[in-house]
Amino acid sequence: MKRLAVNRYKCGYCGACIAVCKFNANELVETYLEIYEDKCTLCMACVKTCPMNALEVVE
Amino acid sequence: MTDYDVIVVGAGPGGSMAAKTCAEKGLDVLLIEKRQEIGVPVRCAEGVGRKEFEEFVEPDEKWIASEIENAELYSPSGHRVKLSADQAGNEVGYVLERKIFDRHLAMLAGRAGAEVLTKTSAVSMERENGSVRLGIRSMGEFQELTTKIVIGADGVESRVAKWAGIDTTLRLNEIESCVQYLMTDIDFDPTTTYFWVGRKYAPGGYIWLFPKGDNSANVGIGVMPSMADKPAKYYLDRFVRENFPDGEIVEVVIGGVPVKGAIDTAVADNVMLVGDAARHTDPITGGGIINAMKAGYKAGITASEAVEKGDYSESFLKRYDRRWMDDFGQTLIRNRKLQEKMLKLDDSTFDRLFKGIGDMPIGEMSVKRLALELFKKEPKLLWDLREFLL
Repeated sequence: MKRLAVNRYKCGYCGACIAVCKFNANELVETYLEIYEDKCTLCMACVKTCPMNALEVVE
Repeated sequence: MTDYDVIVVGAGPGGSMAAKTCAEKGLDVLLIEKRQEIGVPVRCAEGVGRKEFEEFVEPDEKWIASEIENAELYSPSGHRVKLSADQAGNEVGYVLERKIFDRHLAMLAGRAGAEVLTKTSAVSMERENGSVRLGIRSMGEFQELTTKIVIGADGVESRVAKWAGIDTTLRLNEIESCVQYLMTDIDFDPTTTYFWVGRKYAPGGYIWLFPKGDNSANVGIGVMPSMADKPAKYYLDRFVRENFPDGEIVEVVIGGVPVKGAIDTAVADNVMLVGDAARHTDPITGGGIINAMKAGYKAGITASEAVEKGDYSESFLKRYDRRWMDDFGQTLIRNRKLQEKMLKLDDSTFDRLFKGIGDMPIGEMSVKRLALELFKKEPKLLWDLREFLL
């Protein structure tokens, strides 16, 4: 099944991905980016926004 | 009785100004910051205009990294426009050391009487009998606090906005995706800020160099996700490779900057949003420090009036909306429209415009002003932009 994956070595926990998510499918817990797979629609908004290329959809 | 009159979530410049203002007005105020260190990590290029900045704080060399007198802008083919202050010695801008500055502002809030807690996140929010029950996790311990008002200064990723039901979600043409390197061992003039514009450099944004003292500089990029094929870092790395191949990177800064323009409202019952949370950043420059401080001050004043009246309803707090809208809100609206026009310009148009304009004096650092000067050179564009020039 497809899902959104965070590359924790690339993520700069800047929060840009949260600002563009209209499904409330992510949250920045201090420096840890949480993805809520039940809400994520794989719309790619956050993937395109991430300055560090830290987000990708994986099988 | 509630535990506090006001809880401010987020201790950036907007939140600290809000907490300081509330405390000075005699309110019981708590300022919480989710990071363990206020001011870190920075998400900012750190530039501010001098005049407006000094209305809020007495400049201090401890957190002023550079004083700026000139700006140089480069078109895709390397045509330069140089802007200089009218008189020598009349600095037009500062580059701050945000780590120190943010901490200084939080301390001002603390000394004014605000309680301050770091490593403390807001984790839940519910309205209850006209006030708010805010769940916080402080150094790992959960507790619930009651407050009359919550001021959400919790940044681009604001949760307070979402809890309050204020939709501030940014579309892919309403955000700049940014990366910045603090670089050393590179050549630049320490009194000049540099900008590179055009799609070649930064689709939907620009590249900047802001000096931080004589030996290092913030070299950063913002790109608009709707226009960029690659991540921001790709474009910045390419620029650095081509222009500063021998420079060393001593810090990486990452962030998303809202360029949505003014939102319809930054208030709900018991809640006001300030700064990045309210998308208060300028759509053209991406600058947000001064607007955040102004908004924090206005939210603080509004909170003190609300507490005095005992009215925390959306309709009462609307006066905060009017205050920021009458101050910088109109500029946000106007610059958003101007930005939409600028995004349509292709690189050859930038080259032609830059070639035609050369150097000019400036009274105040203003990219918007420059944009207008540029467009005046092109009658067709001028017609397109008539509403901005009247």
